[in-house]
Amino acid sequence: MDAHLSIEKLTIRYGERAVVRDLTLAAPRNQILGIVGPAGSGKSSLLTCLNRTLELQAGASATGTVKLSGENVEAIDTAELRRRVAMVLPLPVGLPMSVYDNVALAPRLAGVRRIELDEIVERCLTQAALWDEVKDRLDMLGTRLSGGQQQRLTLARALSTDPEVLCLDEFSIAIDPVTTMRIEAVLCELKARMTIVMVTNLLAQARRIADVTAFMLNGELVEAGPTGQLFVFARDRRTSDYLAGKFG
Amino acid sequence: MADTIARRRPPAHVKYVEWAIEGLVRLCGVSAIVFILAIFVFIGKEGLVFLAEHVGGMLTSTDWGPTNEPAMYGILALVAGTLWCVGLSLILSVPMGLAAAVYLAEFAPEGRREFLKIVVELLAAIPSVVWGFIGVMILNPLLQWMGAPVGLNGLNGAIVLALMTLPLLVSLGEDSLRAVPESYRQAAIAMGATKWEMVWRVLLPAARRGLLVAVLLGVGRCVGETMAVLMVTGHSVRIPDGLYSPVRTLTATIAAELGEAVRGGEHYQALFALGILLFFVTFLVNLAADTVVRERKLQ
Repeated sequence: MDAHLSIEKLTIRYGERAVVRDLTLAAPRNQILGIVGPAGSGKSSLLTCLNRTLELQAGASATGTVKLSGENVEAIDTAELRRRVAMVLPLPVGLPMSVYDNVALAPRLAGVRRIELDEIVERCLTQAALWDEVKDRLDMLGTRLSGGQQQRLTLARALSTDPEVLCLDEFSIAIDPVTTMRIEAVLCELKARMTIVMVTNLLAQARRIADVTAFMLNGELVEAGPTGQLFVFARDRRTSDYLAGKFG
Repeated sequence: MADTIARRRPPAHVKYVEWAIEGLVRLCGVSAIVFILAIFVFIGKEGLVFLAEHVGGMLTSTDWGPTNEPAMYGILALVAGTLWCVGLSLILSVPMGLAAAVYLAEFAPEGRREFLKIVVELLAAIPSVVWGFIGVMILNPLLQWMGAPVGLNGLNGAIVLALMTLPLLVSLGEDSLRAVPESYRQAAIAMGATKWEMVWRVLLPAARRGLLVAVLLGVGRCVGETMAVLMVTGHSVRIPDGLYSPVRTLTATIAAELGEAVRGGEHYQALFALGILLFFVTFLVNLAADTVVRERKLQ
């Protein structure tokens, strides 16, 4: 298995309290890695280590290594890293600028020339399944879109830097089922171009689209494996209990 | 069973207390409007007749000499002096104030921010006559040392006004920056924006209405300020023709001359006409600020 993103012996602390302990996990290239587990098991904290936004939080620290295509992320410039490892956060965020500028912002910051922007904006909005709905009103404020549209706008923005890894943190908690299904379909197409790490609270979601699923509990990785196998033949009793809905 | 809490009747006096409090609150609200109207009437009564008769002469002449023979009531130089001071002071205070607001809201560590906010708010509590004093005692020799023929001039007034508006700009600016949702910051950072790019491309546009309101309120403050500009601008009626040109403002004219004008005389009325003009200008500025706030709420 070709690990695009590999996490080795990662421990995350907020002050003295360890929220992720000694975690080793790999995201295989061009697949969807689903991370499931009850609230408070350290899933979101884990994601913040992948694009190094953890270090922006006061009192937070991490030990262990995260490697992107074999390269330690500590050695990559943070701006570049965050363009290569894109992040979609739980709540939709339409920035208070036009739909066009929402998507064009990151490419502009990266120094993309003006003539290329139109094409990038169209491509990203199309990939995020939003183009048809907004193509006639690209100058509308991003904050005026509906919640589901804003989450797809958020996705389009994440795609605008051509990332190699796309992380999603419970992207569907604030949006409707129809939009959720559309984004899931989009993710299944996108994985041909990038590696996807998807933290989710919805077991069915992981089951539907994740190629590999990892189960976290209280900051530890209990078990990870191909999704079909994990859901049917979990080795660990806690995994099978959780996946069967006995606690959560 | 019949005596559940839901079925109990409150004692009879509750109704009267309720009625009395409502009346009191209504009275307070109405009285505020009455006071405003009274101010309108009071100033209008003294100044409107004069304004109606002399408005043409006032707006076409730069000569303000109400005690001359014949009296001259041209206000162009006074208006120019006011605009000059306000404009110069905004050029100084807006960039500095907004930069300080950005620093406080986004870059300063928690402890330092708290400390600086207290200092800035303390700055706002300095009485304007003290600012005038600072202008006379410190800026005056400083400007002369820099080459100004007279230290008490428009630039001095602008600097003093800028210092007086800074606390307002910083305080309101910081508030509106901090009101920008945290998710905008996270989104920008997650796209690979540096902290400065995040501030420039996302935060400032997101907070721009709040910042505009801060600036407009600053303008209102500058236009209406009297004591400090009276002390430091040189009090000379002329169209400013250079950075170090002494000027005179509308407010300073009223403050300086009202005491010596014959009550009810033409000069007295002319000063009230200036008051109407000032009232009108500050009203427009406040209205603009109000409109901006309302639009922001609609969004």
